[in-house]
Amino acid sequence: MDLYEYQGKELLARLGIPVPRGEVAATPAEARAAAERIGGRVVVKAQVQIGGRGKAGGIKLADTPEEAEARAAEIIGMDIRGHTVHRVWVEEASDIAREYYASVTFDRGEKKPLVMLSAAGGMDIEEVAATRPDELARLHVDPLTGFQPHHARWLAFHAGIDESAMRGVADVLARAYDGFVADDLMLLEINPLILTADGAVMALDAKVTVDNNSLYRHPDLAALRDVEAADPQEQMAAERGVTYVKLDGDVGILGNGAGLVMSTLDVVALAGGRPANFLDAGGGSKADEVVTALEVLLSDPKVRVLLINIFGGITRGDEVAEGLLTAIDRLGTSIPIVVRLDGTNEEEGRHIIAERAPSNVVVEQTMLSAAERAVALAKEAA
Amino acid sequence: MSILVDGGTRLVVQGITGREGAFHATRNKAYGTNVVAGVTPGKAGQSVDGIPVFNTVADAVGETDANTAMVFVPPRFATDALYEAIESGVDLIICITEGIPAHDMMRVYTHLRRGDQTLVGPNCPGVISPGKATVGIMPTQVFQPGRVGLVSRSGTLTYQISKELAQVGIGQSTVVGIGGDPVVGSSFIDILGRFEADPETDLVVMVGEIGGSEEEKAADFIASTMSTPVVGYIAGFQAPPGKQMGHAGAIITGSSGTAQGKKEALEAQGVRVATNPTEVAQLVKEQIG
Repeated sequence: MDLYEYQGKELLARLGIPVPRGEVAATPAEARAAAERIGGRVVVKAQVQIGGRGKAGGIKLADTPEEAEARAAEIIGMDIRGHTVHRVWVEEASDIAREYYASVTFDRGEKKPLVMLSAAGGMDIEEVAATRPDELARLHVDPLTGFQPHHARWLAFHAGIDESAMRGVADVLARAYDGFVADDLMLLEINPLILTADGAVMALDAKVTVDNNSLYRHPDLAALRDVEAADPQEQMAAERGVTYVKLDGDVGILGNGAGLVMSTLDVVALAGGRPANFLDAGGGSKADEVVTALEVLLSDPKVRVLLINIFGGITRGDEVAEGLLTAIDRLGTSIPIVVRLDGTNEEEGRHIIAERAPSNVVVEQTMLSAAERAVALAKEAA
Repeated sequence: MSILVDGGTRLVVQGITGREGAFHATRNKAYGTNVVAGVTPGKAGQSVDGIPVFNTVADAVGETDANTAMVFVPPRFATDALYEAIESGVDLIICITEGIPAHDMMRVYTHLRRGDQTLVGPNCPGVISPGKATVGIMPTQVFQPGRVGLVSRSGTLTYQISKELAQVGIGQSTVVGIGGDPVVGSSFIDILGRFEADPETDLVVMVGEIGGSEEEKAADFIASTMSTPVVGYIAGFQAPPGKQMGHAGAIITGSSGTAQGKKEALEAQGVRVATNPTEVAQLVKEQIG
């Protein structure tokens, strides 16, 4: 789960990492009031979870509260690479002497936290890593012994941090690492981390990703999930606990197990069709879960046909079949549904569907034939 | 032979009195796995389908000489269960649980790698050596004894491919689900190395998916170390970047971890990569006839 900049900055402040004073605003009037309270020159920043805000015109300076209101009016509602701006962050403008880069990330390859620091901040760090790797200091941390002060010193010296900023940067790194562990983060990136003209070290941006698997022990972070930013089906799926990703085709897909569902999407594409979504009904799919999953799928008006591909491990074919019949009965849908059922209790499952399903439900024996049938039916319905 | 589980497996099931734990422990036993014990704190003295239940893994291992532990407990208790299994001294731990936080697994992984015990999973369907033993949640009827090894990040996709293999008359030496999480105890390379050392495995099917770089590392390992042929399959060509596709580990980050990149890495090392599960079986058939 990604946080917005303003949520990330609130998290940094809680960790004791200095951030400029600021407030979030959902309307131009709120932005004006925020600028009045902050006083002086402010920056108005679009709150979207995508990079390149500055280039897109989503970050603007304002010298007065009136200007802040005007800038906010321009930015709110703006579309930045497919993301609509619902809020702006209004913060005091900083007097920047130097821009650094600092991050703590989860390095999948090494299965360890990776702390990175660079004196070349304020730009795309992947580009720095590719073109000037010497300027990016990288250090893996043993997750059992943690981040020590000597790690911070090593990073600061190797990154070429200005002497006057050493102590402040080292302190930020230590606090960032502590927060990375305590809040179960996958990424905590500060770019830029600035040294101000009067010698303070401060986080001017914050990019934070929380491990979804840890949200059960972080109710405060779980509450920050932004369901309104998602599209209607993704929102509905999130509210009902269904694993769903929206795509732009017309073949609705329900399967069990992430790998099998991904494979089903690929097979549909190879058969000349366009998958409408990824939906994993889960290893333990029961009747109610299948009902919920189908409700999410059928709420997408672009879906012309459903392909249900279940291979039973934990999920038992008879339960899936019962769920499917219940869902069809409850939703009263008439769109074509192609079912492929295999694995534990497969015979019982197929039998239940063959005996009791309405005429819009067809059963196919193999994944490939099911994909081909679904694609053909989608083309007929188009 | 086979790898990881066989007739010598003595299994203790952690979380045996839960609904799913009891269901699958019973099924594993019915298949022929020597399930010697179960553990649920506070339920010592009970039994599940004749399997004695103990309060702790240490008690279970002490009484029954279990050498393999299967973890079947909910995510918030699973990390503790993993440490308990490690400290009990069993050789092999198979963790089925999905949803363990990545930071917990980073710590478990780092601790585990300092010793010589093996962890498979978490978020995996388990391991089966057809005809010998199964530990986990796999539907055993889709597997048959044979000489092809299978290693996969996915559960149901593995069953699908095994079924395709069965339809062309090919069985498996061992099938290993390594799990769909970003941090798993055994990587593709770890399992490929075991298959390479197994004289009864003639070919290995490796089933990867988007996210991370373990398939790319495996491609280099296959080229540098393996004489046993490998057939690949990668799921997730239709996955958009930045979206988690079900598995915690199935996410394309920036431009890395794509299905296309993994396919190309494998093909660059001479590994044939199928475009769908049916074609996997065809490629295997072509290579070992």
